[in-house]
Amino acid sequence: MSALDKKLLRDMVRLWAQALAIALVMASGVTTLILAVGAYRSLEETRSAYYERYRFADVFATAKRAPEFVERQILEISGVAAAEARIQEFALLDIEGMEQPATGLAMSLPDYRELRLNRIYLRKGRLPDPGRVDEVTINEAFATAHNFELGAKFHAILNGYKRPLTVVGIALSPEFIYSIGPGDLIPDDRRFADLWMSEKAMAAMFDLDGAFNSVSLKLLRGANQAEVIKQLDDILERYGGTGAYGRKDQPSHAFIDAELKQLKSMAQVIPPIFLLVSAFLINITLTRLIALEREQIGLLKALGYRRLTIAVHYMKLIVFIAAVGIVIGVVAGTWLGQGLTRLYADFFHFPFLIFKRGMDIYAIAAGISLATALLGGLRSIYTALTLPPAVAMSPPLPTHYAHLGIEKLQLIRHLSQLTIMAIRHIIRWPVRSALTVLGIAMSGALLITALFSLDSIEFMIDTIYFQADRQDATVNFTHEQPRKVLQEVEHLPGVLRVEPYRSVAVRLRHGHYNRKLAIVGRPPGADLSRILDRDNRPVELPQSGLLLSERVAKLLHVSRGDMVDVEILDDSRGQGSLDATSIGTRRSTRRLPVAGIIQSYLGLAVYMDLLALNEMLDEAPVVSGVHIAIDKSRTGELFKAIKGLPAVSAIALQDASLAKFRETLATNLTIMTTVYVVLSVIIAFGVVYNSARIQLSERVREFASLRVLGFTKGEVSHVLLLELAILVAAAIPLAFVIGYGFAWATVQGFESDLYSLPFIIKSNTYAISALVVLAAATVSALIVRRRIDQLDMIKALKTRE
Amino acid sequence: MAQSRKKSHAKTSPDVMFKVEGVTKVYHTGELDIHALSGVDLTLYEGELAVLLGPSGSGKSTLLNILGGLDVATDGHAWFRENEITRLTESELTSYRRDHVGFVFQFYNLIPSLSARENVALVTEISKNPMKPEEALGLVGLDHRLDHFPAQMSGGEQQRVAIARAIAKRPEVLLCDEPTGALDSKTGVHVLEALTSVNEELGTTTAVITHNMAIADIAHRVFHFGDGRITKTYANKKRVAPDKVQW
Repeated sequence: MSALDKKLLRDMVRLWAQALAIALVMASGVTTLILAVGAYRSLEETRSAYYERYRFADVFATAKRAPEFVERQILEISGVAAAEARIQEFALLDIEGMEQPATGLAMSLPDYRELRLNRIYLRKGRLPDPGRVDEVTINEAFATAHNFELGAKFHAILNGYKRPLTVVGIALSPEFIYSIGPGDLIPDDRRFADLWMSEKAMAAMFDLDGAFNSVSLKLLRGANQAEVIKQLDDILERYGGTGAYGRKDQPSHAFIDAELKQLKSMAQVIPPIFLLVSAFLINITLTRLIALEREQIGLLKALGYRRLTIAVHYMKLIVFIAAVGIVIGVVAGTWLGQGLTRLYADFFHFPFLIFKRGMDIYAIAAGISLATALLGGLRSIYTALTLPPAVAMSPPLPTHYAHLGIEKLQLIRHLSQLTIMAIRHIIRWPVRSALTVLGIAMSGALLITALFSLDSIEFMIDTIYFQADRQDATVNFTHEQPRKVLQEVEHLPGVLRVEPYRSVAVRLRHGHYNRKLAIVGRPPGADLSRILDRDNRPVELPQSGLLLSERVAKLLHVSRGDMVDVEILDDSRGQGSLDATSIGTRRSTRRLPVAGIIQSYLGLAVYMDLLALNEMLDEAPVVSGVHIAIDKSRTGELFKAIKGLPAVSAIALQDASLAKFRETLATNLTIMTTVYVVLSVIIAFGVVYNSARIQLSERVREFASLRVLGFTKGEVSHVLLLELAILVAAAIPLAFVIGYGFAWATVQGFESDLYSLPFIIKSNTYAISALVVLAAATVSALIVRRRIDQLDMIKALKTRE
Repeated sequence: MAQSRKKSHAKTSPDVMFKVEGVTKVYHTGELDIHALSGVDLTLYEGELAVLLGPSGSGKSTLLNILGGLDVATDGHAWFRENEITRLTESELTSYRRDHVGFVFQFYNLIPSLSARENVALVTEISKNPMKPEEALGLVGLDHRLDHFPAQMSGGEQQRVAIARAIAKRPEVLLCDEPTGALDSKTGVHVLEALTSVNEELGTTTAVITHNMAIADIAHRVFHFGDGRITKTYANKKRVAPDKVQW
């Protein structure tokens, strides 16, 4: 090993703490990049492989009752590669040991052939035997939630009949990677099940022999999906079709998309912050480090070393630091990335996981880190190298300090010389001071970005559960019910109040923008479930016109007073008596004004007066479900009674939903927040520690002189600590501003058709972020202070600068 | 004498090592210009031990730095043998230092993270015909401190490591800037002994800067500096051995 390389190694040992601090910040950037991109790619790759292998459909549609031959008509649509028709119905489940009824989506499986589309992955057991009305294959999550093994039994109310079912198989389906029950905000595997049963058995139970009510299509590559949907709608219209939709509107797919979008925005926003900070940190530290090595550089030149050799020597130092950072980052990123992917795999239901990162992301992370490091160092190496050796070896000229402009103020005259030293030092190096402030501010901003989501979610919970949807429970019906069902519900035990709602599938059009969604009709003066305006104040439904959520207004490019076309997809006229022979009327379109824009964090909400809605549909009043207030001491009786109501498909309890919501968020958010807090602390610590060490190395003679002059250790530290304190104090308000910006960007990144996050940052979040930054800064400053205390003043003064 | 030769470009007798004609050096330090050298002429001969005397700021270090290729002259010419150093490029200066010149500085300038042996190896690794680091350290009487780090050695020892490092590549010239400046007289003597023995045993042309009049007695010739000029030159009729020097 050459003498120069030995020097390098020993320099590394000497500088380990500073080098490690830089390496860790750099590692944070690499970690977040690999973590986010890795999880994103793994999740996307897993989903697409799952879709591919299990033939997930492209277009979905439901109808009331379509005869079998319609399937052949559908196959003739240009661009359709395959079709899979089935029967699907909601069923209330009665599970032993569970008071509350659960809900299942029962789907038929062809008896004598394999599924063409949406194939299921059998984890255990088998599919139900043809014609068996008592056999069922259930989804794995539901089985796990109830500890159901093969042979387990529960009851289901299928078309009004309570039937015992035996679990013969446990499976997963690409249709239900994210499996959420009707009316739920978040998956609750205890309360919602996917049930697969024999087609013959289901046809008999639901009186759908030779007919189907749900169809999925696989399209040919390059097929025009919009055109297929239009033709499919035309075909199904007469059979009570409710509007076909693509993957974009398939709930499971859409939820994963929203999650992927968030991961993507995380990969785009967070890692650059870290890389930026580490680049800056490396720049200030290495600039200083190399400035301190100025003499040695001069000496090496005096000894006849070539510039390139010396440059390579210092570049090796930078590369070494970067390498340490990259290695730590790669290991941590890979490890955390796998953890995050597993977390997703738990939350979503995949039969297998593909960890996909790709060498490119490692190469990009390493390349960017190395480049920022080298860029940070090169300039200072270059400066040192261009000095003639004699100049490099002689001590640099004393730094030129200026009088402070503000020194003319009386106030300043009262400051001690030590305080003035600190202030002048900051002002002397404005760029460095500003960058240090920015670095510290970045760590605070990151904390705010990590913590504000808790505020937003708390606010969202309060708005949804305590301001808007204040009902205790929501009862959904399998099909629209005549209004008289309200009396029945009202008379159920424990029910205190009832508020009906009606949900109608429509397509809203404005210009060339259109969107398939549901209009919810509510009675005037509804008090359990309220609609809130953009300031979260309850609003009355107008007698005519629509209330659109902000998201819908944005998607359709409409504002208050604009007219929108409402194409009614859900035609329930004559419901219950509809059979193969009944012929529906042409799908009708109405034109309605936008009466107002309202707040809604979930889904694509559009509201309308219930009476106006019924009038628009030109039909006898029916309801899709009811919101109820209940006497919570009588829930047992209520549940029991509901389990006996054939029309009910699901009952969602607000309390349970909220608990589940919090539980899920707690897991997901705690992990992410912890990661971010750790990373922020690393930044704050790294920046403050390095900046203190740099100061110390620059001013060691100054400090030693002060000690010689009789200043105490405390007084000498005061100069250094005061300067850091001023920088940190300046950084905190900046952190608030930047954090506000990052948080805002995050909210934008989160927004999807499924949910949007309110932009709320509580003062607590600011305070906690400031305190964490302060604590990290204090700890690192105190570590450096110890070095001042141990300062060997004689040695410091004897050596040349 | 120098005036008359000004136009006879590089016409130097074989035993001339350095020739300097009208060299000036101006430092620009923001508000004022400092004239470190204002027209210096000088000749150094092969095997000579010269002492450059003068108060601080008199220009002797600046001249030495220019002779050693550590700094560039503002004006004037200087030759090393037949080569005009004032015309060399940055990389030619590097080669020149690497191949011909050894330096000793007041503050040793050892690399703190390298041991004595390794500090010397720093130079021997890039030289064409070096002695072994151990041999060089033996010449300055440090064969027993090979693996000590600079921080573990006294000032005199450190300076002798610096001398060993400077001579290990068998340079033709050894340039010393206040080699005893940071040392007491007893350790200073050891350093001077090392310098004179190198001069005698290896025949290395040696220039020593000092502001210590007493040290001038060990030289063949003495140059007095003042205000960026050579004010007086004389040859010692009788040289004094380093151990007889007192200060």
